[in-house]
Amino acid sequence: MDDDDLVFKALASPVRRFLLDLLFARDGRALVELESELEMTRIGVMKHLRVLEDAGLIVTRRSGREKLHFLNPVPIRLIYDRWIDKYRERQVSALADLKSELETKG
Amino acid sequence: MTTMTEAKTIQVYRVYIRATPDAIWTAITDPDWTDRYGYGGRAHYELRPGGSFRLLASEGMRAQGVPEVAVDGEVIEADAPRKLVQTWRLAMEASLAAEGFTRLTYEIEPLEGGVTKLTITHDLTDTPVHAGLVAGEMEDTGAGGGWAWVLSGLKTVLETGASLGR
Repeated sequence: MDDDDLVFKALASPVRRFLLDLLFARDGRALVELESELEMTRIGVMKHLRVLEDAGLIVTRRSGREKLHFLNPVPIRLIYDRWIDKYRERQVSALADLKSELETKG
Repeated sequence: MTTMTEAKTIQVYRVYIRATPDAIWTAITDPDWTDRYGYGGRAHYELRPGGSFRLLASEGMRAQGVPEVAVDGEVIEADAPRKLVQTWRLAMEASLAAEGFTRLTYEIEPLEGGVTKLTITHDLTDTPVHAGLVAGEMEDTGAGGGWAWVLSGLKTVLETGASLGR
């Protein structure tokens, strides 16, 4: 399977999409916390997290005794840029647009 | 995307690139390379602890009102081509500059088959405007897609030589 196959396979499960939603709402969570949001065994949740990690959609980091899970949006971005975003031109204007946006808000 | 439920204080981004660690290190630290992906601009690093970091706006960016020093910071650790730790602040606009410095870590790890893993860990504690920006929340205003967009562009430029979105 290539990288995109792994991403689409990982996203094909509602449970795994729910896990990503949880991390999107609050990133850097431990297994015990994610597990408490699902009616599923710990082993089951770990399996789903493993599929997400293999697809690159989750990156784990050790913090003391805990393993924290972070949402990694880059694989989805790669798919997006491949088919959707290719023809947009904006690089030079990105920082200028940001500056004016913040100044308008400010 | 609208605003998030809360600012993400630690953000982690990872991309796998078919390139050597040296090539990736160069793409991050060499001004001729940094101008070719993401927000562009020329990065100037003094690659030693305490050395300065400045991202200078390109002529095109300056013509649109971005000041010369768009991003600034200080190098904390430079272990070429494996690890770069630095402070990082968008200096180009008052509300961002006022938030102060964030801490940014690049980790570069070669894998089998000519693929290299690049991981960015960005500590954005107490810098919510920076956090929203690098998460890509302001993309619909034309302000670029944050780290995910930058890393997608970096991968493209290293693997194909083509720049994305320009």
